[in-house]
Amino acid sequence: MRQDETYNFFMNQPPKSSALIESLLKVLPAANLLWHKEDTAPYECDGLAAYRTLPIAVALPENEAQVQAILKACNQFGVPVVPRGAGTGLSGGAMPMAEGIVLSTAKLNEILEIDPLSRRAVLQPGVRNLAISDAAAPYNLYYAPDPSSQIACSIGGNVAENSGGVHCLKYGLTVNNVIKVRAVLMDGEIVEFGTEALDAPGLDLLGIMIGSEGMLAVVTEVTVRLIPKPPAARVIMASFDDMTKAGNAVADVIAAGLIPAGLEMMDKPATRAVEEFVHAGYDLNAEAILLCESDGTAEEVEEEIERMSAVLRQSGATRIQVSESEAERMRFWSGRKNAFPAAGRISPDYYCMDGTIPKKHIATLLNQIAEMEGRYGLRCMNVFHAGDGNMHPLILFDGSDEDQWHRAEDFGNEILEACVALGGTVTGEHGVGIEKINTMCVQFDEKERDAFFGVKAAFDPAKLLNPDKVIPTLHRCAEYGRMHVHRGRIPHADLPRF
Amino acid sequence: MTDLTNDFVAQIRDAAAAKAPLNIEGAGSKRWYGNPVVAQRSLATAGHSGIVDYDPAELVLTARCGSTLADIESALAERGQMLPFEPPRYAPESTLGGAIATALSGPGRPFVGGVRDFVLGMHVIDGKGDVLKFGGQVMKNVAGYDVSRLMTGSMGILGLISQVSLKVLPVPVATATLRFELSEAEAIRRVNEWSGKPLPLSASVWEKGILHIRLSGARAAVDSAVEQMGGALLDVSSADALWNELRDQTRHFFRDAERMNGGQTLWRLSLPAIAPVVTASQIPDADGQLIEWGGSQRWLWSAASGDAIRDAARQMGGHAVRFNNQHSGVETFAQPSAALMAIHRRLKQTFDPHGVFNPGRLYQGL
Repeated sequence: MRQDETYNFFMNQPPKSSALIESLLKVLPAANLLWHKEDTAPYECDGLAAYRTLPIAVALPENEAQVQAILKACNQFGVPVVPRGAGTGLSGGAMPMAEGIVLSTAKLNEILEIDPLSRRAVLQPGVRNLAISDAAAPYNLYYAPDPSSQIACSIGGNVAENSGGVHCLKYGLTVNNVIKVRAVLMDGEIVEFGTEALDAPGLDLLGIMIGSEGMLAVVTEVTVRLIPKPPAARVIMASFDDMTKAGNAVADVIAAGLIPAGLEMMDKPATRAVEEFVHAGYDLNAEAILLCESDGTAEEVEEEIERMSAVLRQSGATRIQVSESEAERMRFWSGRKNAFPAAGRISPDYYCMDGTIPKKHIATLLNQIAEMEGRYGLRCMNVFHAGDGNMHPLILFDGSDEDQWHRAEDFGNEILEACVALGGTVTGEHGVGIEKINTMCVQFDEKERDAFFGVKAAFDPAKLLNPDKVIPTLHRCAEYGRMHVHRGRIPHADLPRF
Repeated sequence: MTDLTNDFVAQIRDAAAAKAPLNIEGAGSKRWYGNPVVAQRSLATAGHSGIVDYDPAELVLTARCGSTLADIESALAERGQMLPFEPPRYAPESTLGGAIATALSGPGRPFVGGVRDFVLGMHVIDGKGDVLKFGGQVMKNVAGYDVSRLMTGSMGILGLISQVSLKVLPVPVATATLRFELSEAEAIRRVNEWSGKPLPLSASVWEKGILHIRLSGARAAVDSAVEQMGGALLDVSSADALWNELRDQTRHFFRDAERMNGGQTLWRLSLPAIAPVVTASQIPDADGQLIEWGGSQRWLWSAASGDAIRDAARQMGGHAVRFNNQHSGVETFAQPSAALMAIHRRLKQTFDPHGVFNPGRLYQGL
């Protein structure tokens, strides 16, 4: 940047912003600080593209000392900081604030250590999820949580969101696979949550740090647990002529004492959309398709596949196919893994929901969604992690039509409220961010939300770290409640509905 | 099957108004764990009992804090399921609330997970007497901060855990226990090597030159592991006795009267699994350890000062917990850094602003 350009920038900025940039330039190389609109524009949103804001600047630190210096400077100026990993999040957790800066961990992307004997990997936050398993592969080890964005998403972002994936039922979420997090608090203090052992003295701050959506501290180093790669895996593809039967089959598998490595379901519209896209050989006449995977040693997999097939048959599966090769296994999975792009192919836009419900209510929720489709005049296809009740309804709409987008948003909110009413939650793995902040009013009462504010303040008393996300204020909840009445719906979704 | 929530709320509000802190007690079987509580009143949870919801197909059980572990485990066993974290049962009346508040996990910890890994949600009554609900009854839930996990292992200093939802698992189809004669260093190395292989390890213990490994899983997986790993197969009743003695700490090692009367204290060292053998030159009397959790949990008796033991544990990348109340005046748990202690204090202020719950039990002054 030329001197005069810098001068012009400062002339056009409020004094606080220019003073902040000047002070950040003292602690960061000029190339690691972006403040021109054309440079900051790529950071105006994350995976939730419907919400956009331009920040004052984007800082790209290369080491922990720079993270510390950035936070200290922002703390001094009272400027909010929005941490950002790979920007693949689906709930707007990394959406910038106009009066704040974005702190990107993209340049902190080194794998610091892989120790095969203790089965640990030490990583900088910008390391991609899949890169961990790639680096561990020579030792026949891998990192278990596998969110669908794993090619691109970063481990720092996974810590912020407590990311899941299709193997959570058997292998757990991020919180069950991260043993230590090193981080910088808003005042610049460096802290370590967890230890190299299996627990740490005092309160489980690591547990609350994971899934805190970048609101408590900025992660600078993550130590994860690696586990042995199962030598064999096979998947059963089962068709059902009725959604309720398929839902019951999921319960039957679990009740039989089986914990599948993956247990996924797709409804008919989803199956049709993906089949057209990937040609996986899905049964287009099925009302629901279940993918049920077993992994482990070859003998173990054979034993489990036999037991699973027997249960599925008993539960009324109309067709059962078992993958006979790795290529076939990948083909069976290809449809499920391509559900989002397939939705993008048959509709200009889609809106992905992420509620979780007790498994026994899957059919109930799907019937409610079918009814909502008619009411909102929008189509919805359903894919979900059936084993843990985590639903991903994809609402199809055309974003160029503002009314359609508003209907899609209302449709989505109603689905989430239905999840809460069925004893579930508004988000299973995508996070609250800015997107679900209103539905948090439905799931948590004022006192619980106050407790969340208290937790936030315990780590970040100045309330400068990603401050406008996740926890709705009383005012916002009052607004949301009023809006509901306007639309002629019930303001309290925690009451039973019929 | 009684719901005492309203009664608890009244007691807590009264205690807050009277500035008279409460000592939360279930069965009292872990009264010795943690620092002495500075409180005249006690709040008894045992009456608040009963399984509120249990659906085996959901793998979720919800129960009130005063329910006994025995009742919960027998309800699970009827449906072929179990508490995967195998909490110690120090007494037949040991309660669920105590198991969650102390977060003590059994022999399967490194392989299956600990208490924290299976807590899905809870009802907590805070220091103002408000009933708060966090988490839920589903496996995946990222709505709001994970306060249930913060409460797990909090020693009751933040609130009264009145009801808990847990993820449960099916009892493994097959189990086997293998016995190996190995030195301490060799045992630690071998168990870590095995842990990196696709073997169904579910527990390990080394004591007096003998390593025992428990295998659990599909019949085929256990059988092939037994064949691959060698060692001698232990008969079922000896194996059950061994793992139960470790889980409940009824094994002689944990109750060694001679060492106790000789002025030694039992310490739990939580270390990285591959930490080298802890020698008597590092910690006096450190010979004769019992090692669990693939090397991550090392038990020893020592007459050394708390500071000396904690320093040694810290240098090895872990921490030390004093496991009986012999040396009065010595804190039970190691201190976190000053920055983390400040967070502890602010969390205490948020959830228990009047200092009603278990003062001192986790740390003096908290």
